[in-house]
Amino acid sequence: MPAETAQPHKDHKAVPKPTPETKPFWDACAEGELRLQYCTACEGHYFPPRFFCPTCLSRDVEWRAVSGRGRLYSYVINQSFAPPGWETPYAIALVELEEGPRLMSNILDVPQTPEALVLDMELEVTFEVRGGVAIPQFRPVAGGAA
Amino acid sequence: MSAMQLHADAAINAIADCGIDPRDIDGLACTRVEYFAPITLGSYLGLTPRWVDSTFIGGSSFMALVGHASAALATGQANVVLITHGESGRSNVVNTPYPFHEDMWEAQFERPYGTHTAHTMFPLGVLRYMKDHGLTPEQMASVAVSTRAWATRNPRAWLRDPITVEEILASPYVAYPVHKAESCVITDGGGALILTTAERARDLDLPHPPVYVVGAGQSTESPMISQMADLTTSRAFRVSGAAAFAEAGITPADVDHLMAYDPFAFVPLYALEDLGFVARGEAGKFVEAGGTAPGGTLPMNTNGGGLSYTHTGMYGMFAIQESVRQLRGTAPAQVEGVEVSVCHGVGGMYSSGATLVLSNRLP
Ligand SMILES: [Zn+2]
Repeated sequence: MPAETAQPHKDHKAVPKPTPETKPFWDACAEGELRLQYCTACEGHYFPPRFFCPTCLSRDVEWRAVSGRGRLYSYVINQSFAPPGWETPYAIALVELEEGPRLMSNILDVPQTPEALVLDMELEVTFEVRGGVAIPQFRPVAGGAA
Repeated sequence: MSAMQLHADAAINAIADCGIDPRDIDGLACTRVEYFAPITLGSYLGLTPRWVDSTFIGGSSFMALVGHASAALATGQANVVLITHGESGRSNVVNTPYPFHEDMWEAQFERPYGTHTAHTMFPLGVLRYMKDHGLTPEQMASVAVSTRAWATRNPRAWLRDPITVEEILASPYVAYPVHKAESCVITDGGGALILTTAERARDLDLPHPPVYVVGAGQSTESPMISQMADLTTSRAFRVSGAAAFAEAGITPADVDHLMAYDPFAFVPLYALEDLGFVARGEAGKFVEAGGTAPGGTLPMNTNGGGLSYTHTGMYGMFAIQESVRQLRGTAPAQVEGVEVSVCHGVGGMYSSGATLVLSNRLP
């Protein structure tokens, strides 16, 4: 795979740019709440946001707050080229929410080591404000064990 | 050379290799060479196609293009199809950038977390695979060791010195749990294929016996690695592999040689399982036991693969070329008696899969 960046070089981390379709998600983050779309036809949450359910194509979908709790599904620890604003090593993680969907995240408040980042450890959402946008991040549940 | 020059250089070599009159080429397929591929390439080469394709599904695009070209030939939409690839991955001379814009899901939901080039995304499922299926670091490293063993026999391979599991495990990570030696090389390169009907091939005075496309399949999953349904198996691989095998009327037991696109050492493990060569969770053990190495029951990535031979950015063309060479009996690391070769590609992390079944005999 080529080592090329698709974004212009910056000295700060990438900031998401909400679109009309994703704005409710980012608005909720700004309120300190993780909200996902829910299909009332087949009764399940889905992600990323879109105006219909990707399982059954129903348009009967609504935004619902989710618990913000999940488990560490998998991760990598980047130890080579890093994008602007990042210093290696840092972990890029996948969090599987209690409600099913999976989000990419960083794991805050924990050493970025294989010893500290234990698969299936319990996580909870927190928000990192960057460039005026509240970005969902995750950290180990206080006192929680794997 | 620029990417366009690499396309053209390969095309001219392929035309000379099969001895066809370039004026007979009436089908043209390529992808990602400037924005209007294959318009630009056709003009550059002075060709006038009546059938064109520019399917872009990442590095597996070439397996897909071969499938599309075969269908076009079978239905008479084209008589002779040229498929080209060129990419200046290492030198980056007039290379077309990958499409990216701020509205993409990736920009909103992955980039903010420090994703960048492939090493920050592609290996995201490996730890989960290790935990769920017991894959060991030694087994993953053995994929790179097996591939390097083949590369030692290919004078054109970028990396040719033998390597051991111990050396790999002692080396730095590119992204934990994946070591640099378990990641592909970055090279410049090009390749081209010329396809025609079996009937026409029989009538031509070819310098090589033809290789037949007997099955083709393709599929896609998510543009985002984070949204794969299960990061320990590729749905795109399973669908494309099953489609290609069904069209060819074969099972894995009929396959003599496998090219499993290897941007990282763990990806062929997914291919081995998802295409049905081994049971789920068994691929690591199979490779560690030498199953894919010289002398193994399933010679795999015999050109040295993306890990040791070449990886321009979209490796698929080179995998197909090695399948063709093995079936012709002209590979640098030739395996005896190859009659059926499977060539499997991946694109855009696990976003796409495409599979070809090739043979040197008609079914
Ligand atoms: Zn639904």
